Amino acid sequence: MTNKSKIYNIDWITIGLYLLLVIMGWMNIYSSAYEEGSSFNLSSRYGKQFLMIGINLIFLVAVFFLEGHIIPAISYYIFGFIILMLIAVLFLGDKTSGSRSWFIIGSFKLQPAEFAKLATALALSKFLGNDNVKFTSNLKDFFIVAALIVFPSFLILLQGDAGSALVFSAFILVLYRMGLPFYWLLFIFIEILVFIAFFFLPQYMIFIILIIFSLIAYRYLSGNFKESILGFLIISGLTTVGFAIIVFLRLNIDAHIVIACSVLILSVYSIVKALNKRKKVAFIIPVIMLLFIGSVYSVEYAFDNVLEDHHRKRINVLFGIEKNITDEGYNVHQSKIAIGSGGFSGKGYLKGTQTKYDFVPEQDTDFIFCTVGEEWGFIGTSIIIILFTVLLFRIIYLAERQKSVYSKVFGYSLASVLFFHYAVNIAMTVGLAPVIGIPLPFFSYGGSSLFAFSFFLFIFIRLDAERNTVFS
Amino acid sequence: MKTKIIIIGGIFTVTALIFIVRLFFIQVIDTDYKLSAENNTLRQVTQYPSRGVIYDRNGKILVSNKAYYDLKVVPRSLKEFDTVSFCKLIDINIDEIRKLINKSKKSYQPVIVKKQISQEEFGFIQEYLFKYSDFYVEKRTLREYTLPVAAHLSGYIGEVDVDDIRNDAYYKLGDFIGKSGIEKTYEKCLRGKKGVNIFVVDVHGRIQGKYKEEKYDTSAVAGKFLVSTIDSELQAYGEFLMQNKIGGIVAIEPATGEILSLITGPGYNPELFIGKNLSENYPEVKNRKGKPLFNRALRSMQPPGSTFKPVNALIGLDQKVITDRTVFVTSGYDAGTHIVRDHVFGAVSFEKSIQLSCNAYYCNVFKRIIANKEYSDYAEAYEKWKEYVESFGLGVNLGTDLDFEKKGILYPSSYYDRYYGKGRWNYNTIISLAIGQGELGFTPLQTANMTAAIANRGYYIIPHVVKEIEGESIEKKFKQKQYTKVNNSYFEPVIEAMEKVVSSGTAMIVYTPGIEICGKTGTAQNPHGDNHSIFIAFAPKDNPKIAISVLVENAGYGSTWAAPIAGLMIEKYLTGSISKPWLEKRISEKSFIKNE
Repeated sequence: MTNKSKIYNIDWITIGLYLLLVIMGWMNIYSSAYEEGSSFNLSSRYGKQFLMIGINLIFLVAVFFLEGHIIPAISYYIFGFIILMLIAVLFLGDKTSGSRSWFIIGSFKLQPAEFAKLATALALSKFLGNDNVKFTSNLKDFFIVAALIVFPSFLILLQGDAGSALVFSAFILVLYRMGLPFYWLLFIFIEILVFIAFFFLPQYMIFIILIIFSLIAYRYLSGNFKESILGFLIISGLTTVGFAIIVFLRLNIDAHIVIACSVLILSVYSIVKALNKRKKVAFIIPVIMLLFIGSVYSVEYAFDNVLEDHHRKRINVLFGIEKNITDEGYNVHQSKIAIGSGGFSGKGYLKGTQTKYDFVPEQDTDFIFCTVGEEWGFIGTSIIIILFTVLLFRIIYLAERQKSVYSKVFGYSLASVLFFHYAVNIAMTVGLAPVIGIPLPFFSYGGSSLFAFSFFLFIFIRLDAERNTVFS
Repeated sequence: MKTKIIIIGGIFTVTALIFIVRLFFIQVIDTDYKLSAENNTLRQVTQYPSRGVIYDRNGKILVSNKAYYDLKVVPRSLKEFDTVSFCKLIDINIDEIRKLINKSKKSYQPVIVKKQISQEEFGFIQEYLFKYSDFYVEKRTLREYTLPVAAHLSGYIGEVDVDDIRNDAYYKLGDFIGKSGIEKTYEKCLRGKKGVNIFVVDVHGRIQGKYKEEKYDTSAVAGKFLVSTIDSELQAYGEFLMQNKIGGIVAIEPATGEILSLITGPGYNPELFIGKNLSENYPEVKNRKGKPLFNRALRSMQPPGSTFKPVNALIGLDQKVITDRTVFVTSGYDAGTHIVRDHVFGAVSFEKSIQLSCNAYYCNVFKRIIANKEYSDYAEAYEKWKEYVESFGLGVNLGTDLDFEKKGILYPSSYYDRYYGKGRWNYNTIISLAIGQGELGFTPLQTANMTAAIANRGYYIIPHVVKEIEGESIEKKFKQKQYTKVNNSYFEPVIEAMEKVVSSGTAMIVYTPGIEICGKTGTAQNPHGDNHSIFIAFAPKDNPKIAISVLVENAGYGSTWAAPIAGLMIEKYLTGSISKPWLEKRISEKSFIKNE
C-alpha cells in the first residue's frame, strides 16, 4: 500500500474533532492566563502549551509515516519500557504535592503515568489480538489480562497518584466488549453504589442489602425461585432471632456478627445441599456473599488506609459530610461558582473574572472546564460535552469496522480511557465526583497528557487507515 | 455483540445527559451561583488560635502568649493610596513596600506588609487604618516566657519551611511550628486549629459583609495546655549553678520518671528566639563559645567513669560471680599489657569498693563476669553483660518525649571481633569497661535514668517532660515500669555503699545533715582535654524523691564540681533552702568557658 492511499484512508472526521478540541483547549488556557494589555509571551503557560501543540503535531505526522505492522510488533517493548520508567520514577522522580511521579530533565517535566495508559492499551491489544487467547474461559489468560492492567496501575498508586491509577479501571469496558459477561459491569456498578452507601448507611444496612442482592443473583443464575426465597427466610429468621437475643439479654455484640453468623449458617446449609445434589450452582450464594461482604470491608479498608488524608477530605466534601470551603472544598466550590456565573451564554471570551482568580490553583490544568463554563456559558459547556461524546462514538464506530482484533481492542481502549478522563474530570468540576486530579484530555495544560492522548488517538487513526489488514 | 455496543454507547450517552442536565441546573436555573463577579471577591481572614500554655509541675506558667498583629494586603485588589503617609504611619521604608507590591501585584494571595506589630503600636495605627481600606490586620500570638529558663526544654517555634508545608497541609506560609523541645514534640496539641472568617469585599476592597451568613466561617480553637514535669524553681537554680560551665544536669523523680529539670550549660535565653528575633539572633547564639544550642543533657555522650561501678556491681551480684561479702586484695590490676592504677590498697570489701571507688575491685568483678564459665566464650558473656547494661536504659534510645536524644555508645561483641579479630580478645582487652571508661558513652539523661533505676531498686519509667495534656492522657509507655535484669534483692547492699560514698567516702562534700543522700562520683578520662567531672545521686535513700546526674565537662574530679552541684540541687528540691551558701557561691562563680 502506498503512502498516498493511506492518507486517502485516514479518518479526517476524527482528526477534525481532535483539532477542534485542542484549539479550544488552548484558547481557554490562554484566557485563564490572559492579562489586559499584555502581549503574547512564549515563556508563559499558554506560550509553552502553544509550543507543545506544535511539536506534538510534528510527531503526529511522523506517526503516519510508520509502517502499520510496526505498531503491533513493538507493543510489548513499549509496555516493558514504560513499566521500567514507572519503577524508575519511584526512585528517581521528583516529589511534588505528595506524589512522586515526575521526571525532571532540565526544564522539561515528564510524567510516565500519562504514557502508561497507552502502553497498557498496546500490550492488551497485542495479547488479545492473539487467536489462541481466550481470556473469558482460560484462567491463565484471564490472569495475564488482569496483570497487564493491574500492575501498571499498582505502580502508579505507589507513586501516590491515586487518580491516574484509577483510570485503569476504565479497561473493564474493553474487556466487556471483548467478551466479559455483563455481570462484571454490574458488579462494578454495585461496588460504586456500595462505596457511596458507605457514607450514608450504617454498615449492617449495606450487608442486608447485599444479602438480598446475592439472593436475587442466585435466583437469576439458578432459576430456582423456591430456594432463594428459602435462603432469604433462613437469613432473616436467624438474624431476627439473633437480634432478639441481643436485645433481650442486653448483650454488647456488634450487629455484623449476627448477620455474619446467619450468612455462615446459610452458606453451610447451601454447601451441604450442593454436595448432596451435586449441583454446582448452590455454591453461588456463599461465593457472591463473600464477594460482597469482602467488598464492604475492602471499601472501608481502602478508605482508611489506601487513600490519603486529602483524598478522604475531598470525598467527604463531595458527599457533604464535611462542609469546608476553605481547604479541600475550596476548589470545587469556586469551580461551581465560576461555571455557574457563566449563565446561559457566558461572559464572553477573555471576559471571565472568576477563573482568573488565583484561589483555584489548578485553573488551567484539572479545572480548565471552569474557564469554559464561565466564558462560554451553558452553550459552551454543552458543546464540549457533545464534542467529546461524538468523538467517543466515532472511535467506537471506527473500532467496530476493524478486521484485526488488535486494532479493535486498541480502539476500545482509547475510547474507554478517554471516556474515563473526560467524565471524571467534568464530574469533579461540577461537584459530582471527588477531586482526584486527572486532566481533561486535549484541554488541560500539560505536555505529558497532551502527548500521550494525541499519540493514543493518532496511532489508532493510523491503524484504522489499514483497517483491512489483519495485524497479529 | 450488538447489545454490548448498545450498552457501551448507552453509558456514554447517559453520562453526557447527566452532565448537560447538571450544567443546565448550575448555569441556567440556580441563581445561587450567579453572584456577580464584583461581589465575589472573598477576603479570607485567618483566625489564628493562641498556642497552648505550658505550666510547670507546680502550676506556674512557664510559657504563655502575647498578642501582636500582621498587616496584610491582597496585592491584586490594591488601589491607589497615599503611599508616603502610609509608610510614615506604619514606619516602613517606601521602597520596601513598592518592591513588595510590585513583585506580586497580580496575586490574589495576601502578602504581609508588616510583621509582628506590637499591641501598643497597633493601638496607634488602628485609628488611621480606615483610610487604607485595602489593608487589614490579622491577630496572632507569640510566645512569652515567665522566667528566662529551660530554653532547651520548651524549645522554640519558628515559621514553617517548605518541608513542613509539604508534610502537613494544615500549614500555610508564615504559620508557626514547634522547632525543638516540647514545642516540637507536642506541636499537634499546642497548635490548636486555625479558623477563618470570610468576608465579601467589593472591587474597592470595602467589606460588604459576611459571606453567606457565616455559613463557611470557622472559629479558631485554642491549643491545649500542657503541664510539664519540670520544677521551674529547681530548673532556674540549676541553670544558675551551671552558668559559665559546659555540661548537663538531669533530675528525675524516680517513682514516676518525670523529669524535674533538664539543664544544659551553657544555656541561652529563650526570649532571644521570639518571633522575628529568631532569624536575627540564631546565628549569633549558635556560634557562641560552648555552643549553647547543643543540647548536652540529651546529646553529650561521655564515658560514665566510676559512676558506672554500681551497675557492674549489680551485674556481678545478679550473675552470682560475687556476693556482697566478696573481698579482693588489691594493689592495682594487672591487665597484661598494662596496669590499671588504683589509689586503694589492701583488702577491699564490697562496700568499700564503692565507697572509695576502687578500680582494681571492679576489674576483678568484670573479669569474673566476662570469664564466666556459664557461657561458651567471652563474646557470649559480653553480650549477656551488654543486655544487663541496656536494661538500665544505657546505650539504647529511651524513647522520651523529647527530640534529638542520643542513643549513647555501647558496642556489640562483633565490634571487638572486627577490631581485634574473632576470639582474639578477652576481659583484659576491654578492661576499661569495668570502670566506665573506654568504648562507653552515655548522656546525662541516660545516667540520670540509670540512677533512678537504682533508686527504685530495679526499674525505671521512661523519662518524660509532660505529665498532663488538656483533655488527653499522656502516652501509656510513660506509666509502665521497665524492669532491669537485676533482681531487686541485690540493690540494697549497693545503695548502702552509695550512702557511705556521701557520709564517709569520695563525696563527703555533698553530705547534708537531715537528708540521706546516696551517690557515686565519677571522673571520665577525656583524651581531648581535661577530665569530665561526673556525679550521680538520689535522695532520700528510702522512698527517693529525686535522682540526679551532673556532668561538668573539662572540670576535673567528680567530687570537686559535679558532686556539690548535685548536692545543692537535692537540698534545694527537698528542703527549699541552702545550708551551704559558701559552696553555692564558689560553684556559681566558677567559669570553665575559656576566653581565648
